[in-house]
Amino acid sequence: MLRVTLILLAVLVACALGLITSQHKARKLFAELETEQERTRALDVEYGQLQLEASTWSTQSRIERIASQRLRMRHPAPGGVQRVEPPKNEP
Amino acid sequence: MNFAPSPVLTLTLPPWRSRLLLAVFASGFAFLLARAVYLQGLHNDFLQAKGESRYSRVLEIPANRGRITDRNGEPIAISTPVKSIWAAPDGVRMDKQQLARLASLLELSPREIQKRLKDARGEFVFLKRQVPPETAARVAELRIPGLSESREYRRYYPLGDVMAHVLGFTGADDVGQEGVELAFQDQLAGKPGSRRVIKDRLGQIVEDVESIRAAQNGRDLALALDSRIQNVAFTQLKSAVLRHRARAGAIVVMDVNTGEILALANVPTYNPNNRSRLSGAQLRNRAVTDTFEPGSTLKPFTIALALESGRVRPDTVIATGSGSLTIGPATIHDAHAERALTVAQVIQKSSNVGAAKIALSLSAQSMWEMFEHVGFGAPPGLDFPGEASGKLRPYRTWRTIEQATMSYGHGISVSLVQLIRAYSIFARDGELVPLSLLKVDAPPAVRRVVSARTAGMVRAMLELAVQRGGTAPRAQIAGYRVAGKTGTAHKQEDGHYAPDKYVSSFVGFAPASRPRLAIAVMIDEPTGEYYGGKVAAPVFAEVMASALRILDVAPDAPIKPIELPDESDEIKESV
Repeated sequence: MLRVTLILLAVLVACALGLITSQHKARKLFAELETEQERTRALDVEYGQLQLEASTWSTQSRIERIASQRLRMRHPAPGGVQRVEPPKNEP
Repeated sequence: MNFAPSPVLTLTLPPWRSRLLLAVFASGFAFLLARAVYLQGLHNDFLQAKGESRYSRVLEIPANRGRITDRNGEPIAISTPVKSIWAAPDGVRMDKQQLARLASLLELSPREIQKRLKDARGEFVFLKRQVPPETAARVAELRIPGLSESREYRRYYPLGDVMAHVLGFTGADDVGQEGVELAFQDQLAGKPGSRRVIKDRLGQIVEDVESIRAAQNGRDLALALDSRIQNVAFTQLKSAVLRHRARAGAIVVMDVNTGEILALANVPTYNPNNRSRLSGAQLRNRAVTDTFEPGSTLKPFTIALALESGRVRPDTVIATGSGSLTIGPATIHDAHAERALTVAQVIQKSSNVGAAKIALSLSAQSMWEMFEHVGFGAPPGLDFPGEASGKLRPYRTWRTIEQATMSYGHGISVSLVQLIRAYSIFARDGELVPLSLLKVDAPPAVRRVVSARTAGMVRAMLELAVQRGGTAPRAQIAGYRVAGKTGTAHKQEDGHYAPDKYVSSFVGFAPASRPRLAIAVMIDEPTGEYYGGKVAAPVFAEVMASALRILDVAPDAPIKPIELPDESDEIKESV
């Protein structure tokens, strides 16, 4: 009788310790998850800001200004364009 | 074994003492039981709430407002989080140095900050809203008690004034106030969520208890606009308005196949990122919310009706009575007096007398039906805030002279988007296409207004109008066949036509052999030259040429230099 009680007590203590460890681990993992989610949000915000920046740098008016002023590019005269039609697949 | 009963141990106590004790203990237990039932059963909620408030917190989950992109996915409106700095006036303690630092960070004067703190009623005052996150972080570093920050969103428009009128803008709380931002507020707006969590002593979240409401980010919106075409349209319109010292201008570019609006610009405009000084004139989206008397751009509809009824053919000769026609007390004049013109020439040379004569051979009801079928007098269905319907009076109230003038676009008013939509019947073989600000994937639900044969005949006439001998040779584009019509109308002021104020317009499409794009241009009160063919048509040509190149539309005409007539023998249209 006493032996059974002692064994059960040992099992109980083991279970209790197991519960404590797993709870602790769960909290740690949860904290990690929280940090990662926070990072996701921060990266999302940064992505939006970068998109905004990219969009600002690539506005048509800026591209046009740089093309025509710095790179001295211009549209070809209508007569200077030759169109090549894609070859039609012969049956 | 048996013990001998000891007389010392035999106590004789009165029996009530034990009963009393029992009763006292029993009532004590009963009290504890009742208390336990009260606390755990009846008064439970209050205690539970008190307990939870020690560790559980409800957190707001922020939701983003949806992005707006153009048809190619280029972002044209993005929300990004910013901070607002607020204070609890009674709790603010800061020395002079801190105040000076704070003032310089927030770009406010120290006096202004003190004034705000003093004037504040209650426990809350915004010091500054929409502060960039970096600035807010530096404010937080000052560690001034009583100062807090909260998160909010700010919308940025990378293209600035180029797209201002279509997009509109949002207010301080990121709620749409104008344009697309207002029209599609429901779709764009995100719904912030909230969740309950358990926080530990250090304020770290240790457990997710429940999600009260999931956050819903706003949906992204793909507009029909093409930012490349929009940019060309805006720049050309702006330079034309400057060149002609006009009061205002508007331009709309439409994809004929889908009814999508590829570009829509207005001048004057504003920068949606910096709206500190705005006037009503800058804010107006003229192309959608303003109506004007279109003038000659309406002639093709009357002609189409006459052709459809079989009353005339393109080569039917109309006697134009040497350029004037008297109806009752009023006389209609032509700028170019001709004795007779064919129906095609009425369009080509934009003869008012010719159009009026043809109109008078038709019934008022059929004309009204024609205008109604192409969408005049009804909202164009863009779902845009404040879109104008224009004025189309019921035919029963038309007088004869009004029926005549309506054929050349007076006594009726339309908006620029209505006008371009109506022209889709000529560009699309007789079908009216619904307009769309959003990108369209499915083929649009079109409605047939005139037969393909009639549309083709009018298209041929519109091509003549753009060539030498027509009113708009400046609308020609090298390599493409163009069809279009000029309009020049006196402006109405206080119920009368102002003699020196005009609205010049041009509506056209290209390539004429297989129309792909339609463009409508309107210039309000140009000074100096005012004919639509000289003021509005060049804008059309520039924008159309660029747009066709951007969209890789194959040329349908041999490339040869554009012939412009001499100044003296240029065909002036009748006003």
